[in-house]
Amino acid sequence: MQRSDLESAPAASADWPDQIFDLLKAYNVKQVALVPDAGHSRLIKRCLADNEMRVVTLTTEEEGVAMMAGAWLGGQRSVLLMQSSGVGNCINMLSLATLHRTPMPMLVTMRGDFGEFNPAQVPMGQATQPVLEAMGTLVNRADKPEDISACVEATLKFAYNTYRATATLIGQRVIGAKTFGKD
Amino acid sequence: MLSANGKLHRRPLVGAVLEGRGDMAVIAGLGASAWDITAIGDTALNFPLWGAMGGAAMIGLGLAIAQPERAVLVITGDGEMLMGVGSLATIAVQAPKNLSILVLDNEHYGETGMQETATGHGVDLLAMARGAGIKHSMLVTRPDEVPGLRAAIHARSGPFVALAKIDPETLPLVLPPREGVILQSRTRAAILGPAADLE
Ligand SMILES: Cc1ncc(C[n+]2csc(CCOP(=O)(O)OP(=O)(O)O)c2C)c(N)n1
Ligand SMILES: [Mg+2]
Repeated sequence: MQRSDLESAPAASADWPDQIFDLLKAYNVKQVALVPDAGHSRLIKRCLADNEMRVVTLTTEEEGVAMMAGAWLGGQRSVLLMQSSGVGNCINMLSLATLHRTPMPMLVTMRGDFGEFNPAQVPMGQATQPVLEAMGTLVNRADKPEDISACVEATLKFAYNTYRATATLIGQRVIGAKTFGKD
Repeated sequence: MLSANGKLHRRPLVGAVLEGRGDMAVIAGLGASAWDITAIGDTALNFPLWGAMGGAAMIGLGLAIAQPERAVLVITGDGEMLMGVGSLATIAVQAPKNLSILVLDNEHYGETGMQETATGHGVDLLAMARGAGIKHSMLVTRPDEVPGLRAAIHARSGPFVALAKIDPETLPLVLPPREGVILQSRTRAAILGPAADLE
């Protein structure tokens, strides 16, 4: 078993991470908060290489929610990148978006979803969408590579135009489910 | 400014720090810190929190990055800072010059009935800040240190973290607006101008 098999990452040929990056640029996103996920690794590299984006690596995802509130106070657009387990760390902090009507788009790579191998990912992965919705987040899912760009654009538009928390869940089916040779 | 037991009174301390604040934006952690900044004077550049426990410092970071020329001060309690203690590491790495954090350490969770926090048992939040990589820090226990504290906050040579040991007193409530949309909108307008509401 390869170490890289422990995490799900898109194939090198997949171009949807680049499409997401182009959308973040088109929508003038200046602050990118994240806790790394293998599924976002290519997008993170693109953001790090961009001089106009401030990439902030967090110790826990809820920090990113608070940071998005501060960014908006100061007139900058932000986004939070995380894996589905990180959504659980954000729950109470998402109150900020509802209370203040703050744009908070989140791009979530799913685990514990389609063809998961790691039992520890399943409880939060299965709860990700209900938990976000319980906190007033508008959620859409992309389970095919060709859906990702449209879903992410809707998530950005909805957040910035209507002032709320929004999320695209990028299904494990598109990212690549790892099975450690047990399939 | 000192109480009978030799600790700083929180409101005169906050008042002295905010004296001549100019266009400084101030985020206050939930509870007593929010009442303190409101007692000193509620302005559009105050962003008092009603919740989001553990998030005050990171709201400060997002704002400080967005507005690098403006001094941003986070005033918060020891309990609130302990809940978001990891953000000290995040902030140290980002190293915004214009961000200061003032922890009002009464060694208690004041708002919920004065239960003890860890700082009353030897946990040193300033040492944690230094360990996180915050290079500019200050412990404040006496009134004669307050002018230096104020100067350090206004100097914008941060990230700067100060911790003031304060009296665990319960003061009269002085409440800011509770409506979150008003709080956000007024601060955005003060920082970005009236067009902020059309963004
Ligand atoms: C997530 C969360 N946990 C607990 C509370 C309850 N709570 C509100 S204020 C507070 C204590 C704050 O203590 P501190 O930050 O030290 O402020 P002080 O009143 O002592 O100045 C607590 C525990 C809350 N509002 N949110
Ligand atoms: Mg306290």
